[in-house]
Amino acid sequence: MSVFINKNSRVVYQGFTGQHATFHAEEAIKHGTNIVGGVTPGKGGSVHLDRPVFDTVSDAVGQAGADVSGIFVPPQFAADAILEAVEAGIKTIVVIADGIPVQDMVRVKRYVLDHDAIIFGPNTAGVITPEECKVGIMPASIYQPGRVGVVSRSGTLNYEAVAQMTALGHGQSTSVGIGGDPINGANFVDVLKAFNEDPDTDAVVLIGEIGGGQEVDAAEWAKKHMDKPIIGFIAGVSAPAGRRMGHAGAIISGEADTAEAKMNLMENLGVHVVRNPAEIGETVDRVLKQKATTVESGREPVHGEAVES
Amino acid sequence: MNIHEYQTKELLKSFGVPVPQGRVADSEASAGIIAEQIGGERWVVKAQIHAGGRGKGGGVQLADSIDEVRKHADHIIGNRLITPQTSAAGKLVQRVLIESAQNITREFYLGLIIDRVAQRITIIASASGGMDIEEVAKTNPEKVIREAVDPSIGLPEFQCRKIAARIGLTGSLMPQAVKLMQALYRCFRDKDALMAEINPLAVVDGDKLLAVDAKMSFDGNAVHRYPEITNYRDFDEEDPKEVEATGHGLNYIALEGSVGCIVNGAGLAMATMDAITLHGGNPANFLDVGGGASPKKIANAFRIVRKDPNVKAILLNIFAGINRCDWVAEGVVQAMQKQAISEPVIVRLSGTNYELGQEILNRSGLPFITATDLDDAARKAVDAVHNL
Repeated sequence: MSVFINKNSRVVYQGFTGQHATFHAEEAIKHGTNIVGGVTPGKGGSVHLDRPVFDTVSDAVGQAGADVSGIFVPPQFAADAILEAVEAGIKTIVVIADGIPVQDMVRVKRYVLDHDAIIFGPNTAGVITPEECKVGIMPASIYQPGRVGVVSRSGTLNYEAVAQMTALGHGQSTSVGIGGDPINGANFVDVLKAFNEDPDTDAVVLIGEIGGGQEVDAAEWAKKHMDKPIIGFIAGVSAPAGRRMGHAGAIISGEADTAEAKMNLMENLGVHVVRNPAEIGETVDRVLKQKATTVESGREPVHGEAVES
Repeated sequence: MNIHEYQTKELLKSFGVPVPQGRVADSEASAGIIAEQIGGERWVVKAQIHAGGRGKGGGVQLADSIDEVRKHADHIIGNRLITPQTSAAGKLVQRVLIESAQNITREFYLGLIIDRVAQRITIIASASGGMDIEEVAKTNPEKVIREAVDPSIGLPEFQCRKIAARIGLTGSLMPQAVKLMQALYRCFRDKDALMAEINPLAVVDGDKLLAVDAKMSFDGNAVHRYPEITNYRDFDEEDPKEVEATGHGLNYIALEGSVGCIVNGAGLAMATMDAITLHGGNPANFLDVGGGASPKKIANAFRIVRKDPNVKAILLNIFAGINRCDWVAEGVVQAMQKQAISEPVIVRLSGTNYELGQEILNRSGLPFITATDLDDAARKAVDAVHNL
């Protein structure tokens, strides 16, 4: 099983005929993704990659039954493209564009509150359910079907973690990029909720970064609601304190913002925190073996239980 | 993108925020002329640099005569100003803002920020204005008011009245505060700002509200929409290596260590720096080459990293998704051949077209140190520095 996207997803690409979208659509099709068409305003009625091109997302929903959108338009047009997808009734929207103005996203987030849609990104490598559906720019070859959910802000650090896990034989149920921008769609808690309800996800790898409190909020939520183990890493222990102008940023973000502080808080909340980014795969392996042992010995695994190394 | 105080005040004034009378001067002579034109008996001479805490560094001076204005301007312009927010070397001051001095009775703080928790534009206000607002937020958080703005209705008058009442801007000051907050919000929204701060927002002459100091910064992804804001950019305030990197589509931040880093993606770049630190080394920089890096872009990355004289070894860590390892490898080979690189170069490639990239490196016969994974790469880079 999986979360958010699977082999039944009917995917539309916005900005379909562009160079990047074309390349990644071809990759996705090779990976088994059911791309039902694309949207490029002005090119409606034509055919691209053997699939219909529509002028509007609304047409793609009405005529091709699209329910997932991958947004590949340039950042200055991306907010409008997201609004169009939401208005057309698309339920799952993956926004690859990097460099969307922050206030554009503030307005998008307000609009989506009144609609039943979930946005991943912007500035995400995308979402992939291995060998079923890929909406994004990640190299499919490093993913394999499995029972570990992955959620991250960074794209390439997601690849790093996944490659380490896959090398040790641990595949992924679904891997989700929520994007690196300050204002993004789905947050860590939204994704943890989905993994928690997915019977085919046994554990979750959560990869965060300095800045913001999303990772700690997620750990707090998990402590209350989740029995599946979480393996966490926060990038940026060696990053310099942000250069800033004025004080408003420091006031709003507070002191719990550094990678070190976040990792300590998460550890206290029961997350298996990895300090070395090269040891994410090993830690997943150790935690899953520990979980298997405790289940065999008849003990219920407790979320956040200390794992002996 | 940051701008100067005098630019911020010019912009805010055009939106209807009351600011002191003043103008910017780039010499002792023009400072004197401006002070005469402003008139009055007392002036303030303020150094214009992109850093706060200027008063503590001696960059803000009161003058009681035109001669004194000129004397302060002469002293400040052309010298380096060190404040708690600059490096130890300080920043070269090229301009001063000359304003009429104000008779201040009360000081408030008013700021606007994109709050990533609320995911909205949020107003921050406090009756404790002045320099130590960060300290107030730590020790007396209840004295700092926060109000998120719903983008579907903007900032209504009632919300401004609520904020004003809570920080004690009552009586005849309340309607002035409402007007000022709405003007500040409009400016913030219409120019895609990321931060605006009026500190202090002062009551002067007993009953007038005035933005005595102001700072703003703007969204680099949106400034192309506003040529007037783009024109405010002051390249002298930025690290020349960082400016050059931005021109090549690279995101570079100089640090103080000895291992130069070239990585794709901000998260992996930070994790690479973390791994170097865990192995006992120190990263010389953060550098994200981004997606779709051409051989030329990779070669430029080498050039920028090597401008830092502290760099003793270079670690290239690429996990290609949207990138291609063959293009990256070509860039590395070009850089090694054309730039006569003598530092050890550690290369770790993974992901899209990995085999092609590795083949290009092997065929070149150049002395790379290849690494199999992140841990191996970090260890080899730190060893390379230690073995020099």
